[in-house]
Amino acid sequence: MDVASSIDPFIYRLAIFVLAIFVGYYVVWSVTAALHTPLMSVTNAISSVIIVGALIAAGPVEMSFSKILGIVAIGLAAVNIFGGFLVTQRMLAMYKKKQ
Amino acid sequence: MSANLTALAYLIASVLFIMALRGLSSPESSRSGNVYAMIGMAIAVITTVINPEVVSYGWILTALVVGGAIGAFIARRIAMTDMPQLVAAFHSLVGLAAVLVAAGAFYNPGAYGIADADGALKLASRIEMSIGVVIGAITFSGSIIAFGKLQGIVTGNPITFAGQHALNALFGAAIVVLVVLFAIGPDPQWFWAMTVLAFVLGFLLIIPIGGADMPVIVSMLNSYSGWAAAGIGFTLENTALIITGALVGSSGAILSYIMCKAMNRSFISVLLGGFGGDAAASGARSDKPVKAGSAEDAAFIMKNASSVIIVPGYGMAVAQAQHAVREMGDMLKQHGVKVTYAIHPVAGRMPGHMNVLLAEANVSYDEVFELEEINSSFANTDVAFVIGANDVTNPAAHEPGSPIAGMPILDVDRARTCLFVKRSLSPGYAGIDNELFYADNTMMLFADAKKMVEDIVKAL
Repeated sequence: MDVASSIDPFIYRLAIFVLAIFVGYYVVWSVTAALHTPLMSVTNAISSVIIVGALIAAGPVEMSFSKILGIVAIGLAAVNIFGGFLVTQRMLAMYKKKQ
Repeated sequence: MSANLTALAYLIASVLFIMALRGLSSPESSRSGNVYAMIGMAIAVITTVINPEVVSYGWILTALVVGGAIGAFIARRIAMTDMPQLVAAFHSLVGLAAVLVAAGAFYNPGAYGIADADGALKLASRIEMSIGVVIGAITFSGSIIAFGKLQGIVTGNPITFAGQHALNALFGAAIVVLVVLFAIGPDPQWFWAMTVLAFVLGFLLIIPIGGADMPVIVSMLNSYSGWAAAGIGFTLENTALIITGALVGSSGAILSYIMCKAMNRSFISVLLGGFGGDAAASGARSDKPVKAGSAEDAAFIMKNASSVIIVPGYGMAVAQAQHAVREMGDMLKQHGVKVTYAIHPVAGRMPGHMNVLLAEANVSYDEVFELEEINSSFANTDVAFVIGANDVTNPAAHEPGSPIAGMPILDVDRARTCLFVKRSLSPGYAGIDNELFYADNTMMLFADAKKMVEDIVKAL
């Protein structure tokens, strides 16, 4: 029997999740303390990638409860995506070295 | 687009997000990092929209435009001093979006390919969904309270009552029971009951926490928003969400850890709340003599110094004094004084709050130092100029038994002269008197931070 196909896909997702935590751990420790506020605003913006779930809920043609929830969630995530990235950009533009 | 291509596109988006965080290791690389993140987000959204199941373009575009316009407007208008509340508000939106997406998937699991033979949600998906929706709901209501406290709508003092922790534990246990019931049978009543209880729990968890502990709480809610996204990612079997959720979750957890360490408090003790505020601030005050000075005195001392370290705190943000402080620094430099800035990790109401304000006021970031980098320099500095900071300079931290014992502090008392801008002798957030006010080499400058600095600039 093929070993790879007998593994539940959940295990692969769990592996991705655990490895991503480690990537996050090492990457975030290298962030300079001066940029901790932009770090929070940009992580906030990227966590709004939850919009992909909202797009699928809002996707079908016919109106349904699920679709209404999806449309509202798209709006909320869009506030975060545009607001989060733009405010991060605004902050980062201010960090300058003299001369 | 085939499922494989879609998954690859999500992978590319995730890598771009990692590169964005990596860019934040220095201000130069950070700007391109933010662009990578935007490209990643665009890839994720476009990949999803060209999916043949997603055809309701009119509604999608409307929601994107309305939300995007609101977000862009806020991002352009917000004052830098208000960043902590903005970030808290944004966290609440992520939490609410997670709840809505979970509910959307619950009512139409077929659209996500996660329905079982009867068209209902699969068991594994139900468990993952419960985790996502509960954390999302806690993030939502918790962030609303954090926003209220930071904005001053809700009192910044801890709100405590008898049996508070028992009540929270009861809510926690009830949520666990509902998650189990929902796993056994996917009845909407269990789904909504656990969502509502989690909303209430988020509210209860944050109300006992005082204003100055907000850096920990804002970081913690940042972390929660990531775990909620990851939980939804597992439900929807979407790797972009799982990876991003893990990145954000660990980022917020690290920030919470750094903030707790900077206060020498355990995460649990911060979470239990009740620390600081008016109740604690009623402690005995010493009536030793204090040396008070005027703006002219301060200007004279600093003009004749060879080095000045400016120590900003939350009071500078409240008074919006950052521009005046930078102006004062420039004037001092014209007099040949070496001016640097020292920032304590928990100064302000969120991690890095002071750095952003100084950057906004055009202070060069290579003049701004963190606690470990600069603390040894106080001993050979002429003047430490403390503006709006208190507990983070309090030498009581060196004494065992003090409420802030063991907290790393900025050793401003080692400087030849310490100038302390403050409205009164009132104790700081920890509610303990600051010995520094009565030290021989301390001169108190009693005034509003901004007014005092402006007067010093005039006197220079």
